[in-house]
Amino acid sequence: MVMPQIKEVVGPDDTPAADNAVVARGISKNYGDVEALKNLTLEFPRGQLTSLLGPSGCGKTTLLKIIAGLLEPSAGEIEVNGKPVTGPGPDRAFVFQDFALLPWANVLRNVSFALELRGVPKSEREAIAEKYIGDVGLAGFELKFPHQLSGGMRQRVGLARALSVDADVLLMDEPFSAVDEQTRRKFQEDLLGLVQNENKTFIFVTHSIEEAVYVSDQIAILLPRPSRVSEIIRPTGLRNKDVDNIRRDPEYLDIVDSIWASLRSYVE
Amino acid sequence: MTVFGIRLPAMSSLILWGLLWEIVGRADVTFFVPPLSEVIVTLFSVIGTAPFLKALSETSYAFAVGVFSAVVIGIPVGILMGKNRLIDELLLPWVNMFLSAPLTALVPVLMVLFGFGMKSIIITTTLFAIWIIILNTRAGVLQINRSLVEMARCYGANPFQAFYKIYFWAALPEILGGVRIGVIRAVKGVIIGQLLISIVGFGALFELYANNFLMAHFWAVLVVLFALAFSVSELLAYLERRVSYYAAKR
Repeated sequence: MVMPQIKEVVGPDDTPAADNAVVARGISKNYGDVEALKNLTLEFPRGQLTSLLGPSGCGKTTLLKIIAGLLEPSAGEIEVNGKPVTGPGPDRAFVFQDFALLPWANVLRNVSFALELRGVPKSEREAIAEKYIGDVGLAGFELKFPHQLSGGMRQRVGLARALSVDADVLLMDEPFSAVDEQTRRKFQEDLLGLVQNENKTFIFVTHSIEEAVYVSDQIAILLPRPSRVSEIIRPTGLRNKDVDNIRRDPEYLDIVDSIWASLRSYVE
Repeated sequence: MTVFGIRLPAMSSLILWGLLWEIVGRADVTFFVPPLSEVIVTLFSVIGTAPFLKALSETSYAFAVGVFSAVVIGIPVGILMGKNRLIDELLLPWVNMFLSAPLTALVPVLMVLFGFGMKSIIITTTLFAIWIIILNTRAGVLQINRSLVEMARCYGANPFQAFYKIYFWAALPEILGGVRIGVIRAVKGVIIGQLLISIVGFGALFELYANNFLMAHFWAVLVVLFALAFSVSELLAYLERRVSYYAAKR
């Protein structure tokens, strides 16, 4: 305000920064003496899917839970839509590795549970839940209980619950690691469609290189002890390709190979 | 169980034991054991009488209020102990101590503190039932899947919602198991209370019959008491089975 000309210079630089739905700034997390994350900085562009990829123990789930507000960072700050994170909030929804469904509740109640916690009236929240149950392909299973469903169907319930709250940011913690290979491939294809149609920001933790390259707009490679971002890869050429051709694409194969080359020395 | 290819209904063994009782009774081994048939005849003659109905209502009142307090206090305390490390450290030694302590020895203290009336009997009943309910609830809460709790936090549950929408239901199989054992212990508690504190209810009937050597009457009341305790316990076991489908999958 004092120097308007400087503001003008800064202006164009500000625009891409404002396009980040989530920003992690200088995040450190210590468990006693163990440094799980050290001074990690990473930006998550709006409307895109960013994968956190790395060997086990590299703190990718820890970072995701810090973004969710479930864990408190020892240092640093998370910003979602420009506002600092102090705890869980309605702007973020979480998809759990082990689904985290209420075993005593049917599909309809599980999907509408997040809305139930927010005090949305029963008929309204069930109407919303019905819509998302249909969207994830579970129409007709509303009254089934989790133990009556397959692993893949359970994760669809978890996904429908995350979608039902209409959060800007979807946090997914290895969501497909507990389902079988064929189901996982179908999920990955569906996820690409979701990223295109839903206009949400996805943060996706995975330990599968192929999965990361297949679904991501941006891959952050995390290296362990203590974790830091070693590389950011943007497989831009792949996003316009047909889902059936991605796995045959030379760019896909090259990226998979180069990621493996940088990760192999960290695998015991 | 199947014997010679025939499926026997549950508790068929009771028939065998009943027969044995009848034989011992008819053999006149001791006046202490009258034949079962005599006990059953006495049971039906006693069951409609005013003293019996009075005893039944006094006992069930003390029992119901005592168990109700044990459940209403025990479950929240158990959940708090499972959730909160500090509360757990503070209370666990006491809970374990009272669980194994000979509570009968405490009854005179209760009489001094709370008088000789119904209040002391109810408190005795509660004290017999509550500790196992607390411990079981705590155990149920401790084994809750962490991601269920994280899920609730993530989607904005306040602590009160987490309490009654997650912790209570996730621990329900263990809670019901605790309540079932607690109820059985409460039967002991209410009778001991009635015998030691003030001679009312079934305790008074036991006292009366035993002192007058009315053994058939004595056994008849005992059979009624056993049947009541058994029905309540079976009802709870049924509820337990209803929720057991998710006990393994939390």
